[in-house]
Amino acid sequence: MTEPEAKRPSKIPGANPKGSALPGVLIRPVKPADIIGVIAIDTEATGIEKTDYWHELFGHYGSKRQQRFFLVAEVGGVIYGFIIGEVRDWEFGAPSCGWIFGMGVSSTKRLHGIGSALLGALFECFNRAGVEKVRTIAGRNNSLMLSFFRSQGMMAAPVIPLECDLP
Amino acid sequence: MKLQTQTMLALYSIVEAAAHPDKQIAGPEIAEKYGVSAHHLAKVLRMLGRAGFLDSSRGVGGGYRFAANSRRLTLMDVIDCFEDIGRPAPRAGETQTDVGRAIGVVLSEVDAIAEATFRSITIDTLLRIVEKDRHHAVTKKPSS
Repeated sequence: MTEPEAKRPSKIPGANPKGSALPGVLIRPVKPADIIGVIAIDTEATGIEKTDYWHELFGHYGSKRQQRFFLVAEVGGVIYGFIIGEVRDWEFGAPSCGWIFGMGVSSTKRLHGIGSALLGALFECFNRAGVEKVRTIAGRNNSLMLSFFRSQGMMAAPVIPLECDLP
Repeated sequence: MKLQTQTMLALYSIVEAAAHPDKQIAGPEIAEKYGVSAHHLAKVLRMLGRAGFLDSSRGVGGGYRFAANSRRLTLMDVIDCFEDIGRPAPRAGETQTDVGRAIGVVLSEVDAIAEATFRSITIDTLLRIVEKDRHHAVTKKPSS
């Protein structure tokens, strides 16, 4: 079964300079040429260059899909941030919910509102997709991401992630 | 999760000061608002001053002024000045038995989640929660 092709949202807040809350920051859907910039931001944050992974992710989220969103923040032709999200139905038994799967902002542009602009644009995509709830998961020790999401009004969800080592 | 009284007073004081960064906050003012002893609160405010979170000035019109970065200072930073929210050292029997160790694992998990929560919430974020709650209280329609 193939996922329905759909038109990309016609307007994402910040998707054009006029609509952006931040002067000079363009929030728009990712393009193939942006992946190098995305990889650089992720490598800076994680210390691991995952080239194949990002190209695969672009194939999955970068194409035109109704419920998948891969946005970037561009300033003067340079990619300074990205965010990836997807609407999933009945994930873990929950009704349609927007999930944020990945996000990053270059350390050189943090505290400039780029993360907030990316998140705001993704929320708008989720709104257009008809969902009312957004979730994400961040490492317990990842204070940077946890603090950011908290600052945007996100609170602990009524779910507990679990894991174990396979025998 | 329960925090000690002086830790709660510290959090009240920091948030009150951060909500009015241009204003000197008087200890008795906070004490009256939260119904606590001004003497007890004074000790807490002095500790917050020593930690560099508040600036103090003496004399008429003196008081405390928020001196930290509200977007950086977390609840855990404040709590750390007053208590160790981690579990106390295990008592005899806890580490010597398999049941004691298993319960210790669970309690450690609870502690880790609590600490991560406190560490992820800045004073600025808490102020937003206060504002949201205030807005909600104002706009909430009275039930008929």
